Amino acid sequence: MKVLVAIKRVIDYNVKIRVKSDETGVETTNVKMSMNPFDEIAVEEGVRLRENGSAEELIAVSIGPKQAQETIRTALAMGADRGIHVETDDEVEPLAVAKLLKALIEKENPDLVVLGKQAIDDDSNQTGQMLAALVGWSQGTFASELEVADGKAKVTREIDGGLETIQINMPAVVTTDLRLNTPRYASLPNIMKAKKKPIDESSPADLGVDISARLATLKVTEPSSREAGVIVEDVAELVDKLKNEAKVI
Amino acid sequence: MALDTETFSILLDTVERFVAERLVPLEAQVAEEDQVPADVITEMKELGLFGLTIPEEYGGLGLTMTEEIEVAIKLGGTTPAFRSVFGTNIGIGSQGIVMDGTTEQKAHYLPKLATGEMISSFALTEPEAGSDAGSLKTCARLEGDHYVLNGTKRFITNSPSADIFTLMARTDPDTPGAKGISAFIVERNSPGLSVGPPDKKMGQQGAKTADVILEDCRVPAANIIGGIAGVGFKTAMKVLDRGRLHISAVSVGIAERLIKECIAYASERKQFGKAIAEFQLIQAMLADSKAESYAARTMVFDAAKKKEAGENITLEAACCKMFATEMVGKVADRAVQIFGGAGYISEYPIERLYRDVRLFRIYEGTTQIQQLVIARELLKDAE
Repeated sequence: MKVLVAIKRVIDYNVKIRVKSDETGVETTNVKMSMNPFDEIAVEEGVRLRENGSAEELIAVSIGPKQAQETIRTALAMGADRGIHVETDDEVEPLAVAKLLKALIEKENPDLVVLGKQAIDDDSNQTGQMLAALVGWSQGTFASELEVADGKAKVTREIDGGLETIQINMPAVVTTDLRLNTPRYASLPNIMKAKKKPIDESSPADLGVDISARLATLKVTEPSSREAGVIVEDVAELVDKLKNEAKVI
Repeated sequence: MALDTETFSILLDTVERFVAERLVPLEAQVAEEDQVPADVITEMKELGLFGLTIPEEYGGLGLTMTEEIEVAIKLGGTTPAFRSVFGTNIGIGSQGIVMDGTTEQKAHYLPKLATGEMISSFALTEPEAGSDAGSLKTCARLEGDHYVLNGTKRFITNSPSADIFTLMARTDPDTPGAKGISAFIVERNSPGLSVGPPDKKMGQQGAKTADVILEDCRVPAANIIGGIAGVGFKTAMKVLDRGRLHISAVSVGIAERLIKECIAYASERKQFGKAIAEFQLIQAMLADSKAESYAARTMVFDAAKKKEAGENITLEAACCKMFATEMVGKVADRAVQIFGGAGYISEYPIERLYRDVRLFRIYEGTTQIQQLVIARELLKDAE
């Protein structure tokens, strides 16, 4: 079995996000970047499939600027066999990413694609689903457990109010939820060895995919700060304020 | 060979994350139980921390001095007891073999030290030989192809868990001072070697020190580091030169952690109706701490660069050790002051770090010994 994982380079989850003063986006200059945590879970899952003998090859794909190669190296250090970097400095929307991944699937013929359920920067939660639709594969989203055997994948999904376990035919697209696994720290010797693993480089044009934007960002603003509360004298005043000021009852 | 920027940046990020996510949350537990949990030690081995400075051909990472400094600063982000677990393997316990060992000694010991399969320890200090290390009394008498060692070593870090000791003993009783001393690799299971109960310390709980007692302890003559008797003191001093920069870097790391804690606390804590960070007397303490830790950081990198260029850095290493360890003492003292009552109780990490850093001004050469080294180096040319 061949497994492909898609990973995105995002602002590190520890960074306090700041909105640009012209409200066109968020500040990314001199900001620490790292692998999207959901994608890290996808890599870990791929590495486990590789280690338990279910998968023969694990490929890590990233779409983004030159520096996305560092994110691919991290995946290689964790245990992926090789990387593919689709280089672009443009902002790529979920549909464009899904189309690029589709083009790579046609080239690489993987049996399973694992990716984060969403990226922590735009929280779109669309790429996996769009990809499954484009290639016409089964999908198992928000996975908290994954078992692969005999051409089928058993996926436990985190849904509102509980868990749902489904069986889907391979090839399939699986998106990861937080509880699927705890990603390992790449060992320092493996980080050094990752330098020797290959990364293929290509571009959206090489793959014949038009990534031009279909959405326009109008404005990005900070969440409004919480206003100070008031202390009410009695229940009657509270009810009155809820009714007439807040208009919630 | 230095790593490329990308690889080193991933490596450094990984260490930083491991410190922040795995080690920092366990600090209070380690201090309370006086023990680093076994599963954390296993994770440290898997991560490769035991082999940071051991050459690549022996299974380590072979970090350059500058790279080691960068990693040591990150490790300073948490209680020094964690670093101490592998600190002797990457520093004073192994470097004697790395620098002066024979090919056979390197091939036999270094791969096991790099993986953490074997723990090493450095045994120089004695009850009556501390700063005056050249006066040590432990003696080694040649009998056939073995040396017979007698004496006591004191405050030996990691000795309770050590598998081998880089141990200094006098092979020539007629030569007083440094010239009669040899460096041995002494295995834990050597007949006649015993380790005392762990010392009760002021700080750095979780890091163990104890006496090492040698009673007619038989060590093969082939275990003299480098195979040559009488040059052990030189080996020890070279090892300590590198160690001094490492300790300086750890001091910088802890100072940066303390400053971060101070900023967070001073921004939250309100008195007289506003955050105490808005008061200029608090700001002055923050500013002094930052300027001093930045100075130490810059010194350590400068010295590391000179070492990599092949220069003798005895003077610079002593300057760094003196300045950085005194600096972190002052930063920790101000941190207690900024935290006020909260800095004195153990609910916050400040009082613990305050006690932890006190050791840095003492071990691997006290501040006063560093002053003498600096002065000696300065005056050498004037004679």
